[in-house]
Formats: sequence, structure tokens, C-alpha cells
Amino acid sequence: MTNPMITTKQVSVELGGQRIIDGVSLEAYAGEVVGLVGPNGAGKTTLLRAISGLLYPVSGSIALEGEDIAQMAPRLRAQKLALLPQDHVVHWAISVEDLVALGRLPYRGFGAALSPADRAAISNALAAMDVADFAKRSVIELSGGERARALIARALAQETPILLADEPAAGLDAVHQLDLFGHLRGLAEQGRCVVVVLHDLTMASRFCDRLIVLDHGKVHASGGAAKVLTSKVLKTVYGITAYRGTADGVPFVVPLKTLAETSTTARDAADRSN
Amino acid sequence: MSSVAVKAHTRQGVEISYAWLLTGLSLLVAAAFVASLLVGPAAIGAKATLFALFAGTQSENDAAVLIVREIRLPRALLGVLVGATLGLSGAALQGYLRNPLAEPGLVGVSAGAALGAVTTINTGLASAFALALPLGGLAGGLAAVLIVQALAGLRGGPLTLILAGVAVTTFASALMSLSLNLSPNPFAALEIVFWLLGSLADRSFTHVWLAAPLILPGLAMLLLLGRSLDALTLGEDGAANLGVNLATTRVLLVVGVALCVGAATAVAGAIGFVGLVVPHLLRPLVAQRPSRLLTSSMLGGAALVLIADIAVRVIAPGADLKLGVLTSLVGAPLFFYLVMKTRRSLL
Repeated sequence: MTNPMITTKQVSVELGGQRIIDGVSLEAYAGEVVGLVGPNGAGKTTLLRAISGLLYPVSGSIALEGEDIAQMAPRLRAQKLALLPQDHVVHWAISVEDLVALGRLPYRGFGAALSPADRAAISNALAAMDVADFAKRSVIELSGGERARALIARALAQETPILLADEPAAGLDAVHQLDLFGHLRGLAEQGRCVVVVLHDLTMASRFCDRLIVLDHGKVHASGGAAKVLTSKVLKTVYGITAYRGTADGVPFVVPLKTLAETSTTARDAADRSN
Repeated sequence: MSSVAVKAHTRQGVEISYAWLLTGLSLLVAAAFVASLLVGPAAIGAKATLFALFAGTQSENDAAVLIVREIRLPRALLGVLVGATLGLSGAALQGYLRNPLAEPGLVGVSAGAALGAVTTINTGLASAFALALPLGGLAGGLAAVLIVQALAGLRGGPLTLILAGVAVTTFASALMSLSLNLSPNPFAALEIVFWLLGSLADRSFTHVWLAAPLILPGLAMLLLLGRSLDALTLGEDGAANLGVNLATTRVLLVVGVALCVGAATAVAGAIGFVGLVVPHLLRPLVAQRPSRLLTSSMLGGAALVLIADIAVRVIAPGADLKLGVLTSLVGAPLFFYLVMKTRRSLL
């Protein structure tokens, strides 16, 4: 395999004195979509923020394309890695086009106008996320899903080899979810490294090359969906039982019950079946 | 392909209109500056004013030269400096805090400067030597910003900055009330109240030379914030991911505001509403982009203060109407209008 785009070695992060990430080592490569799954509070967002250089690990190291992130100039980092945060926050009623243009900030000098490369990146991103039609409209006039797509276009305009997305599909309808993941796959096929935090395990199995299951700040399992999303993992990590199967060769996972709901006998039966 | 061409064209259109906006505002400032030189109790014609300003010597036309060069010119210059300060620092703070209600007084500097100035009046220092009052104001503003920084910490977010600013402002106001309460005589109390109302009357070049070396670098620091403020539209994580150094941004903001607002308050007193209203009025004209609001609000603030300072001289020539009173009187109804407009747009 080629050199990893993202390498974390025994990374631990503490927030407010509490250990959120505990000795996580992982690698992500160019050309793959890596899904980061796990229950709420497992540390997925914190891990993304650490990889983005937004918070500092108490121990361990993080490298992008082999370069230690702690030694990297912020602007250089911004040219390597784009982060799509979970909250779809846009504080002023700027136009979609101006919003997407923010993705070009790491490339622009002080007071410099948009270069032809900037303009091309902006119109490509607008087209890719199907938001070119309302480029002139103000962000506050958009629906939740349209705004989510505009924000993804913003991250795409950054044209980085690494894209981290924290629940990018939240608030999107089925068509736009499929579109989005199709597009993320397309980016990976162009040779980028995409890491996505996901709650929809079916989407995760369908679109990710590899899944990393995070639980209590530690990597619980990692690998292909079929290997990772076993009943045992779903039970110990999420505390659920699920119906698993394949449709057209694509694995799917339908959560059924929480373990608290499952009666002792049913639990025993499930145990026996494993 | 054609849609790309259309986009590029309209985008250019926006940029031209921004250039026009800056040109228009600059012309407005220039016109108000000239008008400010022409207005006053002594009737000096335009030609005589120009002559007094550029060509006249003290011996030739004593009174006119003295009035134009020593009274009106510093007053107009201070109007530009103070107005630019209020407009720009209001726009910068609103952008940084991502809150359209932020104003220059929010970080505690103006209250600190006012307290420092009031103390010099109260202790009689101000009557002992003329520079004591603005110097006291500067010292008060500096003390306030140091306390706010110590309270908020360098790594704290916008909320801690607001809280620390409110705490310092409240305490400084309490101390001002105390000094009014305990003022040695009614004249001192009256002087304090009048000073607090804010004015550019009877200022000399001494005030200009005192304020300009602080205001100009302060303005320059705030003008550097454009990129960071644009990026902060995406929140702090979003901005940091775009390569913005949040700590540097905050230092530039706080030091810039402290320098220019502290110095402006020290020489002119508290002039309300300009820093709040000017960015509000101009925001729709720059498509809400925080970076473009900086230069335009700086010019808009300068124009507004110059015009208001002309108005106080024209409306009530003998009554010594205070500039701060007028800006609040005009600014508050404008705010009513903005509230109604916002309400309509939400319905």
C-alpha cells in the first residue's frame, strides 16, 4: 500500500479533565472512504477535531501525509484537509456563492481577488452539490437540506486531498443522501482520502470501504462492513440487536431492539445463534 | 459554459458596486469634512476658509486663520478619527462576536476610559492641567482592557470576552456613579455629566496629536481582520479549519479596539449608537460579508460623526448641544426602524 494520508499513533485527547479519546491508532489512505461509526459520546467528533488540528492531544501524534500536524502552519494544513463540521452553522445571511468562496481562503493572499483557479473550484463545487441554481440566494432562505449541500460545496471548494465530514447526511432527503455518498465515493476514486462520521449503519456498509468502530474513545473494531458490523459488535458497542442481510450484494443493518427491551430468553437465543 | 460566464459577470457587478459604495462613502466623508470647516459661530466664507487654511499667515487675517486652523480643523480631524473608530470597531466586534448587537463599548474600554477621565475631573487634576483629562481617559481605557483580558484569558471564546466586558463596564459605571454621588461640588458633577455626553467642541490639535498615534494603528489592526471575520461566519471550528489563527485574531481585535476606542473616548467622551447603527445600515449593501463591512463602516462612521457634529452647531448654535446626545437621538429611532424591518422580514 502507498503511504497513509492520515496517521494517528496512540492519540489520547482530554476535554475538561475527562479522557474522550484513549490511545487511538489508525491510518487512512488515498482513494478510500473510511466510515467512523459508534454510539453517541464514543468520541467520533472529538477524533475528527483532533485530526483537523482543532484540539491538541495529551499524548500521541497525528500526521497528515507523513507530516506532523503540530508542526504544520495553519494555512498549509487548510490546504491539505477540509473539515465539514456537524452543526450547519452560518452566522451571516451571505449568499451561497460567497459561502462556497470561503473554501478558497487558504489559497488567497490578504485582500486578493478570486483567481481563475478559485472561480473554477467554486463553480465545480456548486455544480457537484447541485446548488448552482441558487448560488445568488442568501443562505438563510434555503431549506435545511439545501443549506447542508451548500456547506458541503464549501468544503469541496477547499480542494484538499483529505476531507473529514461529521455526519454530512444529517438532514438530507434520500435522494440527496445517495447523491452525497456517491459524490464522496467519486472523490475517493479521484484519489482523495475521505473520512466520514456516520450513524446510518446501512449507508456506512453501502458506501464505506472500511469502517472503524469507536467505543468509549477506543477503536473497538475495524475493517470491512461485513467483518465489523457483527451481532456481537452491535450488541457490545451499541447495546442493540439488529436484522442484518444483503440486498443486491450490499449489506444492510436494521436496528431492532435495545438490549434493555430484549427479554432474557431472547438474549439467550441470540447468544446461542452466534 | 454560458452559466459560468454569467456568474463571472454578475460577480464582477457586485465588486463594482462595492467599489462604488467605498467611493460614495469617501466622497461623503470629504464633503462632510469640508462642510465641517465652514460651519461655526464666526461666519467665514468658503473662499476665506480655504485661504485661511492654506495660504493665510497669522499676521494677515488673524481671526479667520486662528478659527479655521486652530478650532475647526482639529475638530473636523477628530470627527474623522472618532467616527472611523466607532464605525470600524463596531463592525469588527459584530463580526468577531457574530452578533449584530455588539458595539464598541462592549469590551469595557469606553467605560474604563470614561472613568479615568471622570476621575481627573473629580480630583481637580483636569483643571490643573489640560492634558490630564485625556491622559486619564487613556489610562482608564488601558486598565479596563488589561482587566478584561485577565478575566477572559487569551484562549477564551467570544462569550467570556462579552462577560468580562460587561463585568468591567458595570463596575466602571458604578464607580462613575459613586464619583458623581460624592463629587466635591455641583459644578464638578455638572462637568462630569457634560463630559460624559460626548462632544468634539473646544478640542485643539493637542487632542489630535494625543489621539491620532493611538487611533491610526488601532484602525490598521482592525482592518487586518477581514479574512478571519469572513471565516468566522462558519463558526470557530470552521474558521480554524480554514487556517485562521483564532488567538491572533482575538489579540488584534482586542488591542485594536482598545487603542482606538480608548483614545477616541479619552478625547471625545462617550458617543453612542454610531458603532452599533453604522454597520447595521451598511450590512445589506455589502451582501452581509464581514470583511467588506470593515472599510465601509469606517468611512460611514466618519461621515456620520462629521455630519452629526455639523448638525449640533447648526441646530442649536448657542446651546452647546452635545454630539453624543444627538447621535443617540437620531440613532435610536433608526433602530426602531431596523427592528420593524427585521420583524417584517421574519413574518
